[in-house]
Amino acid sequence: AKKREYKVFSVEFHRVETPFIIGIWIFFASLAKIGFHMAPKFSKMFPESCLLIVVGVVIGVLLFHASSVHVSPLTPDTFFLYMLPPIILDAGYFMPNRLFFDHLGTILLFAVIGTIFNTLSIGATLWVLGKSGLFGFTTPLLDMFLFSALISAVDPVAVLAVFEEIHVNEILYIVVFGESLLNDAVTVVLYHMFETYSEMGPSRITYMDLLSGLGSFLVVAIGGTIIGVIWGLATGFVTRFTNQVRVIEPIFIFVMAYLAYLNAEIFHMSGILAITFCGITMKNYVEANISHKSHTTVKYTMKMLSSSSETIIFMFLGVATVNNRHDWNTWFVVMTIVLCSVYRIVGVMVLTAVANRFRLHKLDKVEKFVMSYGGLRGAVAFALVLLIDPKHVPLQPMFVTTTIAVIYFTVFIQGITIKPLVKILNVKRAERRKPTMNERIHERIMDHIMAGVEDILGKHGNYHLRDKFKRFDNKFIRPYLV
Amino acid sequence: MGNKSSLLLREEEIAQIQEATGFTPNQIERLYSRFTSLDRGDCGTLSREDFLRIPELAINPLGERIVNAFFEESGNDRVNFLQFMQVLALFRPIKKHSPNRLNSRQEKLRFAFKMYDLDNDEMISKDELLAILHMMVGANISEEQLNSIVERTIVEADENGDNMISFEEFCKVLERTDVEQKMSIRFLS
Repeated sequence: AKKREYKVFSVEFHRVETPFIIGIWIFFASLAKIGFHMAPKFSKMFPESCLLIVVGVVIGVLLFHASSVHVSPLTPDTFFLYMLPPIILDAGYFMPNRLFFDHLGTILLFAVIGTIFNTLSIGATLWVLGKSGLFGFTTPLLDMFLFSALISAVDPVAVLAVFEEIHVNEILYIVVFGESLLNDAVTVVLYHMFETYSEMGPSRITYMDLLSGLGSFLVVAIGGTIIGVIWGLATGFVTRFTNQVRVIEPIFIFVMAYLAYLNAEIFHMSGILAITFCGITMKNYVEANISHKSHTTVKYTMKMLSSSSETIIFMFLGVATVNNRHDWNTWFVVMTIVLCSVYRIVGVMVLTAVANRFRLHKLDKVEKFVMSYGGLRGAVAFALVLLIDPKHVPLQPMFVTTTIAVIYFTVFIQGITIKPLVKILNVKRAERRKPTMNERIHERIMDHIMAGVEDILGKHGNYHLRDKFKRFDNKFIRPYLV
Repeated sequence: MGNKSSLLLREEEIAQIQEATGFTPNQIERLYSRFTSLDRGDCGTLSREDFLRIPELAINPLGERIVNAFFEESGNDRVNFLQFMQVLALFRPIKKHSPNRLNSRQEKLRFAFKMYDLDNDEMISKDELLAILHMMVGANISEEQLNSIVERTIVEADENGDNMISFEEFCKVLERTDVEQKMSIRFLS
């Protein structure tokens, strides 16, 4: 046998392969980001998400030709378990709570009714079109619904990426963005429902199954929310005792929010709702407990994690586009894009008409337009379509291709044109500034006045409820958490 | 209930209130039934006690001042339905094309201003501001902190250096606040 000798130098790439490649990805994605901001003309015209996808495609093409190994970094698991939570936590934690709850009615209307309407109408229309033979293959009804369930949900990542840059006024922003967060429960339920149905086969679906689908919606939505709120309160409670060990304060905030997300996912509940509400809940109490420095750390870490995840998601979307399993069907792609846009507009028209009956601030034409136009589809749809099992749904490869096409359409066409459109239509922009002392005090007084007037009227409106919650909070929750 | 109140409210009264306040007949009837349910003594007017019997209003830090605004309108210690409606009309949402009488931005601001200005001298003094902050924050904030908040607030708003906030200065600091939105209620119609 050969004598073993001590080597001074050896190469063992295999051992570090995965983390090394991930590191390289993040490195290049960040470099790309720096690049865009160095070219101000470029980044003014295109939203960052577009440019990241383009970089992704370029890398994808290089990889595709360079190696025989198929690289597909965007698997549903990595997306749902590692890349999505930071973005949603960031959104939930920095959510303007008051604005969110003031418009909760409208947001819920869009998130629940709007998404269901979109799913059913897109699915049914695709099915009818399939019957007419336009696509050249048979389109089983349930498969169409499965596809429409994942394509009809407005995507929080895409909405954030585009809306953060255009700074529309806060009401528009919160309505579109709130919808994209809260419709997660609807998407999860519809997706699982149609997935199960299509596995069962249409003949064996009973009314009971339809009813349990409806029931499971409530469980998924309310369950996710409750899990989030409980973890949020727990975070408040734990951080109450950290004043001796300040350095671990941010850890609790991140880990406990993440656990809330995973906890909801264990029970197949809405993880997005869980982590959103965890952030919303904990913020009030945590901020009173942690030191100023920890607060800064939390803020920047959160921003960093979410923007890196967003960067990586869009780049990976680009990379994932380049593969040889595409199944392109022009009519199906075109019809899906048309139907998504048309039903979005119809949905917004009808639902804003309903919502305006109950709103003090009526949503006007321009706002309706931005709302329909802001219905962007994104990575959540892509991750969900990858989850479909081709064994049960033979059309899956075509769905993947179509989903990518829809995402490209919304991110590129809508993403690029929305900025100039917002300018042309003169949409009210957001102004970013801190409220002055006077504004803070006088606006508080107005809140009390309005709560008082609502009480005189015997009306249980927003002010009344907020007042009630504040009293409850001050009396029973705060003393234990702060 | 709806029937009963519409029986009690005569048509010309409704028309008169509609003319004076801009409420629709439906809203007037709705509010009248609320008015009668607050009116424990069944005498067609409300006393201070009638208002403060509303539990939430009694613990609202501004409860008493809001109630006082109703009595300022009436000038004595009873409030009749028309006076009740006139105060509430202030909180009607502003419509673009209808003339604003009671519910203009100016009037809404005036109402908020009066919450501070107890002695009716058209000025918010340091003491008045301090008193109202006291009621709002409770025991959580120390006297010193409150004092410095008050001072900062006045310095920020005061333009003519008299150490008080006049109504004009008050309007000015709230220039960017959506008062039309914040101080409006959607009355069911």
